[in-house]
Amino acid sequence: MALPDFVMYEEEYNKLKEVIERLKEESGSKIVFLVDKNGQQIAGAGELGNIDATSLASLTAGNVAATDGLAKLIGEKEFSLLFHEGERDNLHISIVGKRGILVVIFDNKATLGLVRLRVKKASQELEKIFDLIDEKAKKQVGDSENFESPFAEITEDDIDKLFGDI
Amino acid sequence: MAFINHAAKEINCKIVYYGPGLCGKTTNLQYIYTKTAEERKGKMISLATETDRTLYFDFLPIDIGTIHGFKVKFQLYTVPGQVFYNASRKLILKGADGVIFVADSQEERFEANIESLENLQENLIENNLSLDLIPYVLQLNKRDLPNVVPVEELIQELRYKGEPYFEAVAIQGLGVFETFKACAKQVLQTLR
Ligand SMILES: Nc1nc2c(ncn2[C@@H]2O[C@H](COP(=O)(O)OP(=O)(O)OP(=O)(O)O)[C@@H](O)[C@H]2O)c(=O)[nH]1
Ligand SMILES: [Mg+2]
Repeated sequence: MALPDFVMYEEEYNKLKEVIERLKEESGSKIVFLVDKNGQQIAGAGELGNIDATSLASLTAGNVAATDGLAKLIGEKEFSLLFHEGERDNLHISIVGKRGILVVIFDNKATLGLVRLRVKKASQELEKIFDLIDEKAKKQVGDSENFESPFAEITEDDIDKLFGDI
Repeated sequence: MAFINHAAKEINCKIVYYGPGLCGKTTNLQYIYTKTAEERKGKMISLATETDRTLYFDFLPIDIGTIHGFKVKFQLYTVPGQVFYNASRKLILKGADGVIFVADSQEERFEANIESLENLQENLIENNLSLDLIPYVLQLNKRDLPNVVPVEELIQELRYKGEPYFEAVAIQGLGVFETFKACAKQVLQTLR
Protein backbone atom coordinates (compact mmCIF):
# COMPACT_ATOMS: atom_id res chain seq x y z
CA MET A 1 0.00 0.00 0.00
CA ALA A 2 1.03 3.60 -0.48
CA LEU A 3 1.60 4.71 3.07
CA PRO A 4 2.12 2.33 5.95
CA ASP A 5 -0.53 2.33 8.64
CA PHE A 6 -0.20 5.09 11.19
CA VAL A 7 0.63 3.38 14.46
CA MET A 8 0.68 5.39 17.66
CA TYR A 9 1.73 4.18 21.11
CA GLU A 10 0.92 5.45 24.57
CA GLU A 11 4.36 6.98 25.05
CA GLU A 12 4.15 9.28 22.04
CA TYR A 13 0.48 9.95 22.64
CA ASN A 14 1.30 11.29 26.09
CA LYS A 15 3.99 13.52 24.66
CA LEU A 16 1.64 14.93 22.02
CA LYS A 17 -1.04 15.44 24.62
CA GLU A 18 1.34 17.31 26.89
CA VAL A 19 2.32 19.72 24.12
CA ILE A 20 -1.24 20.56 23.16
CA GLU A 21 -2.32 20.95 26.80
CA ARG A 22 0.49 23.43 27.24
CA LEU A 23 -0.42 25.19 24.00
CA LYS A 24 -3.98 25.57 25.22
CA GLU A 25 -2.86 27.08 28.52
CA GLU A 26 -0.17 29.38 27.15
CA SER A 27 -2.29 30.74 24.32
CA GLY A 28 -5.38 31.22 26.48
CA SER A 29 -7.51 29.32 23.97
CA LYS A 30 -10.58 27.17 24.64
CA ILE A 31 -9.85 24.01 22.73
CA VAL A 32 -6.85 22.58 20.91
CA PHE A 33 -7.14 19.58 18.62
CA LEU A 34 -4.56 17.58 16.80
CA VAL A 35 -5.95 15.63 13.84
CA ASP A 36 -4.29 13.81 11.00
CA LYS A 37 -4.63 14.81 7.36
CA ASN A 38 -6.95 11.89 6.72
CA GLY A 39 -9.42 13.22 9.23
CA GLN A 40 -8.67 11.06 12.26
CA GLN A 41 -8.47 12.74 15.63
CA ILE A 42 -5.15 12.20 17.39
CA ALA A 43 -5.47 14.16 20.65
CA GLY A 44 -7.37 17.05 22.17
CA ALA A 45 -7.22 19.51 25.06
CA GLY A 46 -9.85 21.77 26.62
CA GLU A 47 -13.63 21.53 26.96
CA LEU A 48 -13.97 18.67 24.53
CA GLY A 49 -17.34 17.62 25.83
CA ASN A 50 -18.97 20.55 24.06
CA ILE A 51 -17.85 19.60 20.61
CA ASP A 52 -18.31 16.74 18.16
CA ALA A 53 -14.65 15.84 17.76
CA THR A 54 -15.18 13.27 15.02
CA SER A 55 -17.03 15.71 12.79
CA LEU A 56 -14.52 18.42 13.54
CA ALA A 57 -11.64 16.18 12.51
CA SER A 58 -13.19 15.12 9.22
CA LEU A 59 -14.33 18.62 8.23
CA THR A 60 -10.95 20.10 9.13
CA ALA A 61 -9.15 17.51 7.03
CA GLY A 62 -11.53 18.21 4.14
CA ASN A 63 -10.97 21.92 4.51
CA VAL A 64 -7.19 21.52 4.52
CA ALA A 65 -7.27 19.09 1.58
CA ALA A 66 -9.37 21.52 -0.48
CA THR A 67 -7.08 24.42 0.44
CA ASP A 68 -4.03 22.35 -0.52
CA GLY A 69 -5.69 21.66 -3.84
CA LEU A 70 -6.22 25.39 -4.35
CA ALA A 71 -2.60 26.10 -3.45
CA LYS A 72 -1.33 23.66 -6.07
CA LEU A 73 -3.67 25.19 -8.66
CA ILE A 74 -2.03 28.56 -8.29
CA GLY A 75 1.46 27.10 -8.01
CA GLU A 76 1.99 27.32 -4.26
CA LYS A 77 3.35 24.36 -2.33
CA GLU A 78 0.79 24.79 0.43
CA PHE A 79 -0.93 27.45 2.50
CA SER A 80 0.42 26.85 5.94
CA LEU A 81 -2.56 28.16 7.82
CA LEU A 82 -6.24 28.97 7.73
CA PHE A 83 -8.00 31.42 9.95
CA HIS A 84 -11.75 31.76 10.37
CA GLU A 85 -13.11 34.59 12.45
CA GLY A 86 -16.50 34.22 14.06
CA GLU A 87 -18.69 36.47 16.18
CA ARG A 88 -17.73 34.67 19.34
CA ASP A 89 -15.15 32.02 18.54
CA ASN A 90 -12.30 31.91 16.10
CA LEU A 91 -10.69 28.95 14.41
CA HIS A 92 -6.99 28.74 13.72
CA ILE A 93 -5.89 25.80 11.57
CA SER A 94 -2.27 25.03 10.74
CA ILE A 95 -0.23 22.20 9.28
CA VAL A 96 2.22 20.21 11.39
CA GLY A 97 4.86 18.27 9.49
CA LYS A 98 3.67 15.84 6.84
CA ARG A 99 0.60 14.43 8.48
CA GLY A 100 -0.70 16.63 11.27
CA ILE A 101 -3.22 19.46 11.48
CA LEU A 102 -3.48 21.64 14.55
CA VAL A 103 -6.85 23.24 15.29
CA VAL A 104 -7.12 25.98 17.91
CA ILE A 105 -10.47 27.41 18.98
CA PHE A 106 -10.29 30.66 20.91
CA ASP A 107 -12.50 33.57 21.88
CA ASN A 108 -11.76 37.21 22.73
CA LYS A 109 -9.83 36.22 25.84
CA ALA A 110 -6.94 35.32 23.55
CA THR A 111 -5.39 37.24 20.69
CA LEU A 112 -4.53 36.01 17.23
CA GLY A 113 -0.96 37.21 17.70
CA LEU A 114 -0.40 35.15 20.82
CA VAL A 115 -2.12 32.10 19.35
CA ARG A 116 0.12 32.29 16.29
CA LEU A 117 3.24 32.59 18.36
CA ARG A 118 2.41 29.65 20.60
CA VAL A 119 1.22 27.52 17.71
CA LYS A 120 4.55 28.02 15.99
CA LYS A 121 6.47 26.84 19.01
CA ALA A 122 4.17 23.89 19.66
CA SER A 123 4.29 22.83 16.00
CA GLN A 124 8.03 22.38 16.15
CA GLU A 125 7.71 20.16 19.19
CA LEU A 126 4.86 18.18 17.66
CA GLU A 127 6.83 17.65 14.49
CA LYS A 128 9.64 16.08 16.47
CA ILE A 129 7.23 13.70 18.15
CA PHE A 130 5.76 12.74 14.76
CA ASP A 131 9.30 11.96 13.62
CA LEU A 132 9.70 9.68 16.62
CA ILE A 133 6.48 7.91 15.69
CA ASP A 134 7.72 7.40 12.13
CA GLU A 135 11.07 6.11 13.32
CA LYS A 136 9.42 3.63 15.62
CA ALA A 137 7.18 2.43 12.80
CA LYS A 138 10.16 1.97 10.47
CA LYS A 139 12.09 0.05 13.09
CA GLN A 140 9.20 -2.30 13.56
CA VAL A 141 8.91 -2.99 9.86
CA GLY A 142 12.56 -4.04 9.83
CA ASP A 143 12.14 -5.94 13.04
CA SER A 144 8.95 -7.73 12.21
CA GLU A 145 9.96 -10.99 13.88
CA ASN A 146 9.89 -9.43 17.32
CA PHE A 147 6.96 -7.21 16.58
CA GLU A 148 3.54 -8.63 17.01
CA SER A 149 0.66 -6.72 15.44
CA PRO A 150 -2.37 -6.73 17.72
CA PHE A 151 -4.30 -8.00 14.72
CA ALA A 152 -1.93 -10.74 13.67
CA GLU A 153 -4.16 -13.34 15.21
CA ILE A 154 -7.53 -12.15 14.01
CA THR A 155 -9.47 -15.05 12.62
CA GLU A 156 -12.31 -15.13 10.10
CA ASP A 157 -14.47 -15.98 13.04
CA ASP A 158 -13.46 -12.87 15.00
CA ILE A 159 -14.36 -10.74 12.03
CA ASP A 160 -17.70 -12.43 11.50
CA LYS A 161 -18.52 -12.00 15.16
CA LEU A 162 -17.76 -8.31 14.98
CA PHE A 163 -20.61 -7.83 12.58
CA GLY A 164 -22.96 -9.92 14.63
CA ASP A 165 -24.96 -7.01 15.91
CA ILE A 166 -24.82 -4.15 13.49
CA MET B 1 -3.90 3.81 5.66
CA ALA B 2 -5.41 2.60 8.88
CA PHE B 3 -4.75 4.50 12.08
CA ILE B 4 -3.84 2.09 14.88
CA ASN B 5 -3.99 3.94 18.16
CA HIS B 6 -2.52 1.97 21.04
CA ALA B 7 -3.15 4.82 23.48
CA ALA B 8 -6.89 4.97 22.83
CA LYS B 9 -7.02 1.22 21.97
CA GLU B 10 -8.69 2.04 18.69
CA ILE B 11 -8.30 1.25 15.07
CA ASN B 12 -9.70 3.56 12.43
CA CYS B 13 -10.19 2.61 8.80
CA LYS B 14 -11.55 4.57 5.86
CA ILE B 15 -13.88 3.22 3.20
CA VAL B 16 -14.85 5.32 0.17
CA TYR B 17 -18.03 4.85 -1.86
CA TYR B 18 -17.35 5.66 -5.50
CA GLY B 19 -19.49 5.65 -8.64
CA PRO B 20 -21.23 7.83 -11.25
CA GLY B 21 -23.59 10.67 -10.36
CA LEU B 22 -26.94 9.58 -8.89
CA CYS B 23 -25.94 5.90 -8.62
CA GLY B 24 -26.94 5.84 -4.93
CA LYS B 25 -23.77 6.37 -2.87
CA THR B 26 -25.33 8.84 -0.47
CA THR B 27 -28.40 6.59 -0.20
CA ASN B 28 -26.14 3.72 0.97
CA LEU B 29 -24.75 5.86 3.79
CA GLN B 30 -28.18 7.18 4.74
CA TYR B 31 -29.49 3.66 5.07
CA ILE B 32 -26.54 2.57 7.21
CA TYR B 33 -27.08 5.65 9.34
CA THR B 34 -30.76 5.01 9.95
CA LYS B 35 -30.24 1.33 10.76
CA THR B 36 -27.29 1.70 13.13
CA ALA B 37 -27.81 1.99 16.88
CA GLU B 38 -27.23 5.45 18.39
CA GLU B 39 -24.20 4.38 20.42
CA ARG B 40 -22.47 2.91 17.39
CA LYS B 41 -22.61 5.91 15.08
CA GLY B 42 -21.52 9.51 15.00
CA LYS B 43 -23.13 12.36 13.16
CA MET B 44 -23.54 12.00 9.42
CA ILE B 45 -22.16 14.99 7.58
CA SER B 46 -23.37 15.74 4.05
CA LEU B 47 -21.80 18.56 2.14
CA ALA B 48 -24.40 18.81 -0.58
CA THR B 49 -25.92 21.25 -3.06
CA GLU B 50 -29.43 22.71 -2.71
CA THR B 51 -30.65 19.81 -4.82
CA ASP B 52 -29.09 17.14 -2.61
CA ARG B 53 -26.26 16.28 -4.94
CA THR B 54 -23.03 15.61 -3.09
CA LEU B 55 -20.83 18.66 -3.43
CA TYR B 56 -17.75 17.52 -1.56
CA PHE B 57 -18.41 14.42 0.53
CA ASP B 58 -20.70 12.58 2.92
CA PHE B 59 -19.12 11.29 6.08
CA LEU B 60 -20.37 8.69 8.54
CA PRO B 61 -18.34 7.30 11.45
CA ILE B 62 -19.37 3.80 12.54
CA ASP B 63 -18.16 1.81 15.48
CA ILE B 64 -18.46 -1.87 14.67
CA GLY B 65 -17.26 -3.51 17.87
CA THR B 66 -14.16 -4.75 19.65
CA ILE B 67 -11.45 -7.10 18.46
CA HIS B 68 -8.67 -8.23 20.80
CA GLY B 69 -9.36 -5.27 23.06
CA PHE B 70 -9.30 -2.72 20.24
CA LYS B 71 -12.34 -0.70 19.26
CA VAL B 72 -12.82 -1.07 15.51
CA LYS B 73 -14.08 2.07 13.79
CA PHE B 74 -14.87 2.75 10.17
CA GLN B 75 -15.17 6.12 8.56
CA LEU B 76 -17.40 5.95 5.53
CA TYR B 77 -17.08 8.60 2.85
CA THR B 78 -18.86 9.14 -0.45
CA VAL B 79 -17.42 11.11 -3.33
CA PRO B 80 -19.41 13.51 -5.51
CA GLY B 81 -20.22 11.53 -8.67
CA GLN B 82 -20.77 14.37 -11.10
CA VAL B 83 -17.95 14.43 -13.64
CA PHE B 84 -16.81 17.98 -12.99
CA TYR B 85 -16.08 17.35 -9.31
CA ASN B 86 -13.02 15.25 -10.10
CA ALA B 87 -10.59 17.34 -8.05
CA SER B 88 -12.68 16.66 -4.93
CA ARG B 89 -12.95 12.94 -5.68
CA LYS B 90 -9.20 12.68 -5.84
CA LEU B 91 -8.83 14.34 -2.43
CA ILE B 92 -11.33 12.07 -0.76
CA LEU B 93 -9.62 8.89 -1.98
CA LYS B 94 -6.47 9.87 -0.17
CA GLY B 95 -5.66 7.42 2.59
CA ALA B 96 -8.54 5.07 1.72
CA ASP B 97 -8.27 1.55 3.14
CA GLY B 98 -11.07 0.18 1.01
CA VAL B 99 -13.30 1.19 -1.90
CA ILE B 100 -16.88 0.28 -2.81
CA PHE B 101 -17.92 0.93 -6.38
CA VAL B 102 -21.65 1.57 -6.64
CA ALA B 103 -22.84 0.94 -10.19
CA ASP B 104 -26.17 2.23 -11.50
CA SER B 105 -27.82 -0.76 -13.18
CA GLN B 106 -29.97 1.29 -15.56
CA GLU B 107 -29.27 0.89 -19.27
CA GLU B 108 -28.82 4.60 -19.82
CA ARG B 109 -26.07 4.69 -17.17
CA PHE B 110 -24.04 1.82 -18.62
CA GLU B 111 -21.39 4.09 -20.14
CA ALA B 112 -21.33 6.34 -17.06
CA ASN B 113 -20.40 3.33 -14.91
CA ILE B 114 -17.51 2.41 -17.18
CA GLU B 115 -16.20 5.96 -17.23
CA SER B 116 -16.49 6.28 -13.47
CA LEU B 117 -14.60 3.02 -12.93
CA GLU B 118 -11.78 4.21 -15.20
CA ASN B 119 -11.76 7.49 -13.35
CA LEU B 120 -11.53 5.61 -10.04
CA GLN B 121 -8.45 3.72 -11.17
CA GLU B 122 -6.81 6.94 -12.43
CA ASN B 123 -7.46 8.72 -9.17
CA LEU B 124 -6.26 5.79 -7.09
CA ILE B 125 -3.03 5.73 -9.03
CA GLU B 126 -2.57 9.44 -8.45
CA ASN B 127 -2.86 8.68 -4.73
CA ASN B 128 -0.28 5.89 -5.01
CA LEU B 129 -3.01 3.31 -4.61
CA SER B 130 -4.46 0.87 -7.10
CA LEU B 131 -7.58 -1.20 -7.69
CA ASP B 132 -5.31 -4.23 -7.94
CA LEU B 133 -4.21 -3.91 -4.33
CA ILE B 134 -6.90 -2.12 -2.40
CA PRO B 135 -9.77 -3.99 -0.68
CA TYR B 136 -12.59 -3.60 -3.15
CA VAL B 137 -16.27 -4.51 -3.58
CA LEU B 138 -18.73 -3.94 -6.42
CA GLN B 139 -22.38 -3.09 -5.82
CA LEU B 140 -24.98 -3.27 -8.60
CA ASN B 141 -27.59 -0.82 -7.40
CA LYS B 142 -31.13 0.09 -8.45
CA ARG B 143 -32.10 -3.49 -9.26
CA ASP B 144 -35.73 -2.50 -8.61
CA LEU B 145 -36.01 -0.46 -11.78
CA PRO B 146 -37.54 -1.85 -14.99
CA ASN B 147 -34.79 -0.80 -17.40
CA VAL B 148 -31.81 -2.56 -15.84
CA VAL B 149 -28.94 -4.28 -17.63
CA PRO B 150 -28.74 -8.02 -16.80
CA VAL B 151 -26.35 -8.81 -13.96
CA GLU B 152 -24.07 -11.00 -16.13
CA GLU B 153 -23.55 -8.17 -18.55
CA LEU B 154 -22.70 -5.67 -15.82
CA ILE B 155 -20.29 -8.10 -14.24
CA GLN B 156 -18.63 -8.78 -17.55
CA GLU B 157 -17.99 -5.09 -18.04
CA LEU B 158 -17.43 -3.80 -14.50
CA ARG B 159 -15.95 -6.55 -12.41
CA TYR B 160 -12.28 -5.73 -12.17
CA LYS B 161 -10.53 -8.53 -10.33
CA GLY B 162 -12.99 -11.13 -9.14
CA GLU B 163 -14.07 -8.91 -6.25
CA PRO B 164 -17.27 -9.76 -4.39
CA TYR B 165 -20.34 -8.17 -5.93
CA PHE B 166 -23.81 -7.56 -4.57
CA GLU B 167 -27.12 -6.70 -6.16
CA ALA B 168 -28.75 -3.86 -4.27
CA VAL B 169 -31.76 -1.62 -3.95
CA ALA B 170 -30.22 1.02 -1.73
CA ILE B 171 -33.42 3.02 -1.20
CA GLN B 172 -34.94 -0.09 0.40
CA GLY B 173 -31.68 -1.09 2.06
CA LEU B 174 -31.32 -4.32 0.08
CA GLY B 175 -27.67 -5.32 -0.22
CA VAL B 176 -26.42 -2.25 1.63
CA PHE B 177 -25.01 -3.91 4.75
CA GLU B 178 -23.80 -6.94 2.78
CA THR B 179 -21.72 -4.63 0.62
CA PHE B 180 -20.30 -2.68 3.54
CA LYS B 181 -19.47 -5.81 5.53
CA ALA B 182 -17.71 -7.47 2.61
CA CYS B 183 -15.46 -4.46 2.20
CA ALA B 184 -14.85 -3.97 5.93
CA LYS B 185 -13.92 -7.62 6.19
CA GLN B 186 -11.32 -7.32 3.45
CA VAL B 187 -9.88 -4.23 5.13
CA LEU B 188 -9.55 -6.01 8.47
CA GLN B 189 -7.91 -8.97 6.78
CA THR B 190 -5.16 -6.75 5.38
CA LEU B 191 -4.27 -5.74 8.95
CA ARG B 192 -3.33 -9.25 9.92
N1 LIG C 1 -35.22 3.27 -7.74
C1 LIG C 1 -34.12 3.42 -7.01
N2 LIG C 1 -33.66 4.65 -6.74
C2 LIG C 1 -32.53 4.78 -6.00
C3 LIG C 1 -31.84 3.67 -5.50
N3 LIG C 1 -30.77 4.11 -4.80
C4 LIG C 1 -30.81 5.45 -4.86
N4 LIG C 1 -31.87 5.87 -5.58
C5 LIG C 1 -32.28 7.25 -5.89
O1 LIG C 1 -31.33 7.82 -6.77
C6 LIG C 1 -31.19 9.21 -6.52
C7 LIG C 1 -29.73 9.57 -6.31
O2 LIG C 1 -29.24 8.92 -5.15
P1 LIG C 1 -27.98 9.47 -4.33
O3 LIG C 1 -27.72 8.49 -3.26
O4 LIG C 1 -28.16 10.89 -3.96
O5 LIG C 1 -26.86 9.37 -5.47
P2 LIG C 1 -25.31 9.72 -5.36
O6 LIG C 1 -24.59 8.57 -5.96
O7 LIG C 1 -24.96 10.09 -3.98
O8 LIG C 1 -25.20 10.98 -6.34
P3 LIG C 1 -24.08 12.17 -6.35
O9 LIG C 1 -24.03 12.70 -4.97
O10 LIG C 1 -24.51 13.16 -7.34
O11 LIG C 1 -22.81 11.51 -6.77
C8 LIG C 1 -32.04 9.52 -5.29
O12 LIG C 1 -33.26 10.04 -5.74
C9 LIG C 1 -32.24 8.16 -4.67
O13 LIG C 1 -33.45 8.05 -3.96
C10 LIG C 1 -32.37 2.35 -5.79
O14 LIG C 1 -31.83 1.32 -5.41
N5 LIG C 1 -33.49 2.30 -6.56
MG1 LIG D 1 -24.14 11.75 -3.14
